Amino acid sequence: MKITVASGKGGTGKTTVAVGMALALQADGNRVTFLDCDVEEPNGHIFIKPDIQKNEDVFIDVPEINLEKCDFCGKCSEICAFNALLVAGESVVVFHELCHGCGGCNYFCPKGAVTLIPKKIGTIEMGTAAEGLNFAHGQLEIGVPLSPPLVDAVKKKQNGGITIIDAPPGTSCPAVHTVRETDFCLLVTEPTPFGLNDLALAVEMTRALDVPCGILVNRAREGWDIIDKYCKQNNLKILMKIPLSREIAGAYSKGIPLTFLDKEWGVAFRRLFRDIREMVESERNNRHQW
Amino acid sequence: MKEITVISGKGGTGKTSITASFAVLAQNHVMADCDVDAANLHILLSPEIKAKHNFWGMPKVEIDAEKCSGCGICEDLCRYGAIKDGAVNSMECEGCRVCYHACPEKAIRLVESLAGEYYISKTRFGPFVHARLGVAQENSGKLVAEVRRQARELAQKEGRDLIITDGPPGIGCPVISSLGGTDLAVVVVEPTISSIHDLDRVLKLTEHFNVKTAVCINKWDLNLRNSSTIEEACLNMNIPVIGRIGYDITFMAAVMERKPVIQMTSSVVDNIVSLWHNAEGILNS
Repeated sequence: MKITVASGKGGTGKTTVAVGMALALQADGNRVTFLDCDVEEPNGHIFIKPDIQKNEDVFIDVPEINLEKCDFCGKCSEICAFNALLVAGESVVVFHELCHGCGGCNYFCPKGAVTLIPKKIGTIEMGTAAEGLNFAHGQLEIGVPLSPPLVDAVKKKQNGGITIIDAPPGTSCPAVHTVRETDFCLLVTEPTPFGLNDLALAVEMTRALDVPCGILVNRAREGWDIIDKYCKQNNLKILMKIPLSREIAGAYSKGIPLTFLDKEWGVAFRRLFRDIREMVESERNNRHQW
Repeated sequence: MKEITVISGKGGTGKTSITASFAVLAQNHVMADCDVDAANLHILLSPEIKAKHNFWGMPKVEIDAEKCSGCGICEDLCRYGAIKDGAVNSMECEGCRVCYHACPEKAIRLVESLAGEYYISKTRFGPFVHARLGVAQENSGKLVAEVRRQARELAQKEGRDLIITDGPPGIGCPVISSLGGTDLAVVVVEPTISSIHDLDRVLKLTEHFNVKTAVCINKWDLNLRNSSTIEEACLNMNIPVIGRIGYDITFMAAVMERKPVIQMTSSVVDNIVSLWHNAEGILNS
C-alpha cells in the first residue's frame, strides 16, 4: 500500500505527518518504507535519522555537439521544444539547464553530430532507520530546475510493505509525479484562508489523477472551522486534527517527531492508517462493482 | 527600476504575510505573486481584477487513429513513456514533440493547451500582477516569467520604480525563474532544523545565480539556539540578517481576517517595519 502525504501550501506539516505515520507503523511491527519526494527541500531525514548505506546519482541525457561533423543546419534548434539549443553562424550553444532530455536533437541531426551525455540532476540516498524502516530521499542538484525525473527515480525505491511518501508542496509537475499511481493521498492543511485556497487546488489535483484523498487539519483551533465547512460541502473526510501548539512547534524546531513527544500520537497515527486502509479497500470494492 | 523577491526554501515560513506587509509599507510599487502553483497573496490584497489573460502551456500531442499505421516509432522514441498502444497519456507527456516530428504518417498533431491564467489587478496597495496555474499543469517557470514581464511593463507604464515579488518555495524551476535579474532576494527562514537545512540549499542557489541576498528570521524566539545558529551561518557567509520577527499567532489571525499582518496590533509590527527599512536600505545602496 502506497500513501502520499501532500498539500498545496508549503509548511502545513506534511513531513510531521508522514514521519509520524511511518514511525508509528514501524513501532507496531510493520515493514515500512519512507520515501521523501520533496527533492528540492527534503526534510524527512532530519526526523527519521536514517543510517545512509547507499548513494545513487540520477542523470538525464543532454546533447553534446561534435563541431567537426556539424554543418550548422539548425535542425536541432528548430525541433527543440525547450529552446535548449541555439545555432548562430558557425557555433552551437547548448543550454543544459533548459534541456528536458528528450533526445530529439540526437535523433534528428542529419549529420550525426549530436551525442547524448549524462548530466547529473540529483542523488538518491538510501538507508535504514529502526528495524523494518527503510528510507530513501532525493536531493536535487543546486541550480537544476528539472525535478520530476528525480521524483520518479525516488518513487521506484519502494520495497513492499507499507510505503509512506512525503510529497513536495504545490499542484504542478513535482507534486503530480509524486501523487500519481499511489493508493491514497492524505492532504495536510491548516484552518486559514491560505490553507483552504491551496487545499481546494490539491483536491482538484487528486481528482485529476484519480487518487482517493482524505484531509488532515494541522494547527487546528477552536472556532476556526473553514476547513470543516469546505469538507462537508465537498463530501471530503477529515481523518485527523493536530492542534495549534507552541509545544509541538518547539519539538518540530528541534527535529523531534510527534511520536516521541507523546505516546498518544503513535496511537493516533495508527488509527489514521487504519482509517486510510478502510477507505482504500472500500474504494477498491466500489470500483470492482463498476 | 528595482525588484525585491521574497523566497524561503521551505514553505510556510511567512513569505506571503511579509510580502503583503511590504505592500503596505512601500510606495510607488507594483506587486507580483510568482507562487503560481499555490498563490495566496491575493487573499491578503483583495484585488479587483482589471484584465484577465490566458496562459498557453506547451502544446500536447494527439494521435489521429485514421492516419496511424501502428509502426510504433513514436512509442520507441518517447523517453517519458507517454505513448502506449497508439494513445497518448497527457499526464506523462512533456511536450517535447519528438513524436510529432518523427511520425512518418504525419498522424500526430499538436493540441494547444490552456495551462492557466494571469491577471492585472488593482488593490488598496497599488497594482498587482498574479496568476493561477491550472491544476496538474506544467510550465510554472514559464508562467512566473510571464508574471514578472507583465509586472515590469506595468511599472514602466505607470512610472513606478519598485516591484515587490512573492516567490515560490523550493529551489527548482519556478524559484529559478523568480530570481533572475532581481536586485534583492529576502529569504524568510524560521529557527527549525528543517528550515535551516533548506536555507543552506536556497543560499547556494542565490549564490549560484549571483543574486544579492539577505535573511529574515521569522518566529525567531521559537528556538533561540537555532536562531543563533542561523545568525552565525549568515555571518560566515557574509549575508546580512535584516529582520527578526517574534513567534506570534497574529500571523495566522491576520490571515483569518484576510489582511496583511502589519495592519494588526502586535509587537511583530515593529519587527516588520524595521525589516522593511533594512531591505530598502540595501536596495538603495
